[in-house]
Amino acid sequence: MKEITADFKDKVYSILAEACESDEVKENPDVRIFDEGLLDSFGTISLVVAIEEQLGIEVPISEFNREEWATPNMIVQKLADRQ
Amino acid sequence: MTSFIPYASFRFFVLIGVLLLPVILIGLRGRRWQAYNNFLACLMLVLIFGSKPLQLVSLLVFLVWQLTLIRGYLAIRQKHNSAPIFYLMIALSVLPLFLVKLSMDVSALSFLGFLGISYVSFRSIEMLMNIRDGAIKTVTLWRVFRFIAFFPTISSGPIDRYKRFEKDEEHVPSGAEYRTLLYQGLNKIFIGFLYKYIIGYLVYKYWLGSPLLASNSVQSIWLYMYGYSMYLFFDFAGYSQFAIGVSYLLGIKSPENFNLPFLSRNMKDFWNRWHMSLSFWFRDFIYMRFVYTAVKKKWLKDRYLIGDIGITINFLVMGFWHGFLLQYIIYGIYHAIAFITCDRWERFNKKHHLIPKDNKWVNALAILVTFHVICFSFLIFSGRLNFLW
Repeated sequence: MKEITADFKDKVYSILAEACESDEVKENPDVRIFDEGLLDSFGTISLVVAIEEQLGIEVPISEFNREEWATPNMIVQKLADRQ
Repeated sequence: MTSFIPYASFRFFVLIGVLLLPVILIGLRGRRWQAYNNFLACLMLVLIFGSKPLQLVSLLVFLVWQLTLIRGYLAIRQKHNSAPIFYLMIALSVLPLFLVKLSMDVSALSFLGFLGISYVSFRSIEMLMNIRDGAIKTVTLWRVFRFIAFFPTISSGPIDRYKRFEKDEEHVPSGAEYRTLLYQGLNKIFIGFLYKYIIGYLVYKYWLGSPLLASNSVQSIWLYMYGYSMYLFFDFAGYSQFAIGVSYLLGIKSPENFNLPFLSRNMKDFWNRWHMSLSFWFRDFIYMRFVYTAVKKKWLKDRYLIGDIGITINFLVMGFWHGFLLQYIIYGIYHAIAFITCDRWERFNKKHHLIPKDNKWVNALAILVTFHVICFSFLIFSGRLNFLW
């Protein structure tokens, strides 16, 4: 597992903001993106594909469950674990 | 032999009350007796299906078929990960269910069906998908059997997920934890009685059975629509409470199926609240899989169009799954249209901020409109409108 750099965090946040079509995720990294309606199944796909293309981290969609990938911070942590 | 259809008769409840007694007594001491649970899993299948030997034989053949596919695919997948083999396995796993659904139209096939074929298939397909993704790497046959043929939920769900089920099986609750599970489980079973056998029964008998609703006038059909929607909810939500409650007594926290669906604010919200374990299964294994593959392989430039096609496929399959009958197909198409409309509107509103999100009058109106869209879909589903086509 690699250390989480500020650069990595920013990258994930901007990918996430694009998938959610909202900058709210950058302002509040603990917002529950599914509960708040910021991300839905469709957005999830955009997110997973963008993570694969831009960060080179593969996340099978069956592993992307809404409890463990609930907030921007949790997503950063999950991705760092997979690096 | 007497029949023991799950949760359908008083004697079924007496039966599981007696058979679960050892499980409860051992559970309260913070232990689990796996051999008895295995014995119970087999015995319950014999008791549930025993009155119709043909069904029992079909079920056994079917279970061996699914277990062979899971075990076989796992062995293949460990050597290489090939898409055609994966799709072949899915097709073979779906085949029995497809034939049974087809038998609604083709009477020559009608000997095939048995209670619960859908729900066993869903669990088996989920396992194949997870094996493909590398999320399931080893299995034991007993556990797979206990999972796909889990008797509390075998007839109509809720549809559990293998990894979740495995976690519950591997954690033996302490005495105190089991006492909480027991309390919650019994509580659910009593809510089940209230929903299914009191409210559902009364709505069925006095509302749907009322002679006022017999004619094909707009008012009677309108009143039938509300009554049928209430009946469908209380009957099925009650049934689900039984299934979840009995699971809890076995130390398995089967997922919830309903969360106040008639208070949904829009159609997306509705599918997160109504028959959730089914709609999540469809979302994860049909919609998401399709959209992911289409977006990644760039089948179409317009991602939103891919999303809309995904939704259409999702609800069409759901319609066909209910049965190859016109009312179910129309029900599926209707929900696809409602969902896409809701999605488009949401996106439009996000951009232009026409209607505020947190206004209580807007919310109340949204709930009322959504409620009617839902009830109308159940009216189609009920077959009450079949005289129109």
